[in-house]
Amino acid sequence: MSTLDSKVPAGELAEKWVQYKSTMPLVAPNNKRNIEVIIVGTGLAGASAAATLGELGYKVKAFCFHDSPRRAHSIAAQGGINAAKNYQNDGDSVFRLFYDTIKGGDYRSREANVHRLAEVSADIIDQCVAQGVPFAREYGGTLTNRSFGGVQVSRTFYARGQTGQQLLIGAYSALSRQVSLGNVEMYSRHEMLDLVVVGGKARGIIARNLLTGELTRFGAHCVVLGTGGYGNVFYLSTNAMGSNTSAAWVAHKRGAYFANPCYCQIHPTCIPVSGDYQSKLTLMSESLRNDGRVWVPKHMDDVKALRAGTKKPIDLKEEDRDYYLERIYPAFGNLVPRDVASRAAKYRCDDGYGVGTTGLAVFLDFAAAIERYGKSAAISQGMPNADKVTITKLGKEVVEAKYGNLFEMYEKITGEDPYKTPMRIFPAVHYTMGGIWVDYNLETTIPGLFATGEANFSDHGANRLGASALMQGLADGYFVLPYTIGDFLSKEIRTPMITTDSPEFAEAEQNVQGRINELLAVNGTRAVESYHRELGVDIMWEYCGMSRNAEGLRLARTKIQALRKDFWKNVYVPHTDKEGIEFNPELEKALRVADFFELAELMVVDALDREESCGGHFREEHATAEGEAKRNDEDFTYVAAWEFKGVDADPQLHKEELVFENVELKTRSYK
Amino acid sequence: MAHGEIKLNLHIWRQKGVNDKNAGIKTYKNVNVDTHMSFLEMLDVLNTKLIEEKHPDGPVSFEHDCREGICGSCSLVINGRPHGPMQGTTACQLHMRHFKDGQDVYIEPYKATAFPVISDLVTDRAALDRIINAGGYVSVNTGNAPDGNAVLVPQDISDEAMNAAACIGCGACVAACPNASAMLFTSAKVSHLALLPQGQAEATKRVKKMVATMDREGFGNCSNIGACEAECPKEISISNIARMNREYFSAVVGKD
Repeated sequence: MSTLDSKVPAGELAEKWVQYKSTMPLVAPNNKRNIEVIIVGTGLAGASAAATLGELGYKVKAFCFHDSPRRAHSIAAQGGINAAKNYQNDGDSVFRLFYDTIKGGDYRSREANVHRLAEVSADIIDQCVAQGVPFAREYGGTLTNRSFGGVQVSRTFYARGQTGQQLLIGAYSALSRQVSLGNVEMYSRHEMLDLVVVGGKARGIIARNLLTGELTRFGAHCVVLGTGGYGNVFYLSTNAMGSNTSAAWVAHKRGAYFANPCYCQIHPTCIPVSGDYQSKLTLMSESLRNDGRVWVPKHMDDVKALRAGTKKPIDLKEEDRDYYLERIYPAFGNLVPRDVASRAAKYRCDDGYGVGTTGLAVFLDFAAAIERYGKSAAISQGMPNADKVTITKLGKEVVEAKYGNLFEMYEKITGEDPYKTPMRIFPAVHYTMGGIWVDYNLETTIPGLFATGEANFSDHGANRLGASALMQGLADGYFVLPYTIGDFLSKEIRTPMITTDSPEFAEAEQNVQGRINELLAVNGTRAVESYHRELGVDIMWEYCGMSRNAEGLRLARTKIQALRKDFWKNVYVPHTDKEGIEFNPELEKALRVADFFELAELMVVDALDREESCGGHFREEHATAEGEAKRNDEDFTYVAAWEFKGVDADPQLHKEELVFENVELKTRSYK
Repeated sequence: MAHGEIKLNLHIWRQKGVNDKNAGIKTYKNVNVDTHMSFLEMLDVLNTKLIEEKHPDGPVSFEHDCREGICGSCSLVINGRPHGPMQGTTACQLHMRHFKDGQDVYIEPYKATAFPVISDLVTDRAALDRIINAGGYVSVNTGNAPDGNAVLVPQDISDEAMNAAACIGCGACVAACPNASAMLFTSAKVSHLALLPQGQAEATKRVKKMVATMDREGFGNCSNIGACEAECPKEISISNIARMNREYFSAVVGKD
């Protein structure tokens, strides 16, 4: 085991980034023209980096597996993006955003990175507004905000329930402009399947053209991965169907350490599973907890009556409802952080108070909000004595303006009208805090390989706060990487263009072709989908999901190994070309699932190794009497960064000790 | 909601590659469907069956990703209508409770010169990206922005811009239009940026370049039929086309 150097600059916390930026090595404009950068992924983290590096004059090649860069999964983010603007005059500041994020992450993130994130947050909003992102505004024309979980200020900027879409379109438009100017070459429908390391430095990738199936070598002076998270290892998650770990995983196999893989975020408010055919889960934005109240029935009789259909949720009187978040956590109420809200829902359901046909759901109720807004609207329209029908109508209009598209989505999926009956919700996998280990420069343990956004591990510790993923993706791409990449590239100005005829490129291409040939040659009987479902739902969610224990994790590891071996013996991938040189979505899926198997095992190893509970990682052996996560700061205040040693070998642990100089480690309390 | 089982006859366009001479509709009879499924989950279940039976047709290719109605990947024509029968709903958000036992369901790819078929239900919509590349942006480099509140934008203007910006780039408007026109798509972007003060500096240049690219890519003209607006899953208004025409004419007859 070695200790990792995070390369955090010296100096006062608030001065580190400012000083570092003004003293770091630069690449002159005439040299930038001769330096190539590969960026994989065109979500917020990838597109913003590609656009900005293109503007700076680097020669950029950007890759995405979608038909268009605009379809990256950042687009599905609903609620908003945080920034320490303090436009609401409610006491926000850079330090408070920093502190909330450190605390929200259960003291398992790196102070300097988080402070930098908070520092650049305000610039992101300015940049997005300048691009034409239509953020929500007040009547007077100023930007408006709402609140998210785990904080007591309103610092979240939003564009209806489609904030991710609007920010991504902003980044995509900036990228499109660079494409039109010839600074970025865009390779859509290309999937990265291997990383090429030459002389110890990342110098290129092998990508499969998904239209033709051909493998192509691409060289560059450095490689950036903005390839997102690995939540789809669970099969059912709020991630898009195509979201995968393959680019990150091949980088890991080539030497990039993987940090904290067990830190997964389970989002408390998703639409519950309805059947075996279910392909994915749909999130209902955390912003709904600004106005929605979470409850289950207080009495078992009512639980039974609801399931039997003899009572409806609206039939239950106030005193017969258990608004358990408000009861247990009065200081934050319904807006506790995600890990806390998810576990609380699980406990209610474990105790038998869950609702819906499966008993795996709780209510999210808007009746009180509709009434409150209705009364306020009635008064402002000069009708202080309005009747209930009018109040409900006016209140509904306010709620519709705020959350209309989310309510509509809920109704489309469930067939129920959430204006009339409470939503049924349940936790689901949503985001992964773990990812490729990076230092302060966002550089991985392979020189010249960088990771941005959800693909890296750096800013959210063991739990991410709502509306911080968009912030981090854009911070990394617009305002951090364009500076820090210079530290590496300034030493590369004498390196000529990377040619792809070296033995390292040939070896990587053969490696990919070999894996494809092997998969296609299995010619078994079972579809990829069913392996993925068994891995995700029956193993990972069961043993490495919302709560974990040593015995279950050990069992999970043997189950994953057995299923992986079965996959390579019995999977059937339909094809007409035995080398996969054709359009073949099933082959794409098979390659991704093959990588999920290997990652799943690492997640279980990490979860077993971390003998404490923190944030999203909840070990049953380490809980307080009240069922809250119990950290072990003495032994586990470190980042676990794993080195790949072979598919059938144990990975090797390396530690980065986390040093807290500016906040005191406390038991997280939202009570 | 109780689950129900229905049987459907699926008539699906099958095509291998752009020049497949044997392309055409194939029928899969009496497919079991749970009414709680989404339309794409029904195709998943059919595909698993086709794969595990090693059916000579192979699985049906279709494009999909977020399955939440926002990424714009899904692009099916269901019983003659892009995204199917429900107003303001993408194919991925369409649920099977809206279909009846024994119903015939025709599933086809988008048909437009500018969208060649790649395989089965998958088409190449890169022409839409090229329209955006022509000018669908504000030319502002990272780091040049004034404070977000420096320019006030009235709420109704911001809302109207948001209505246009809600376009998911799925191309249903093109598929719905008898002329395969991309006017709704293009005008949504022109409107989004022309409405906001940030986008006005280059509004003239933008509309000219985007319209020129749209024409060059082989999209047809608008003849005010309105099918685009009717089929748009995000219910983008046809009034955007009127706004783009105004912008375009004043750009062409204007000072340059």
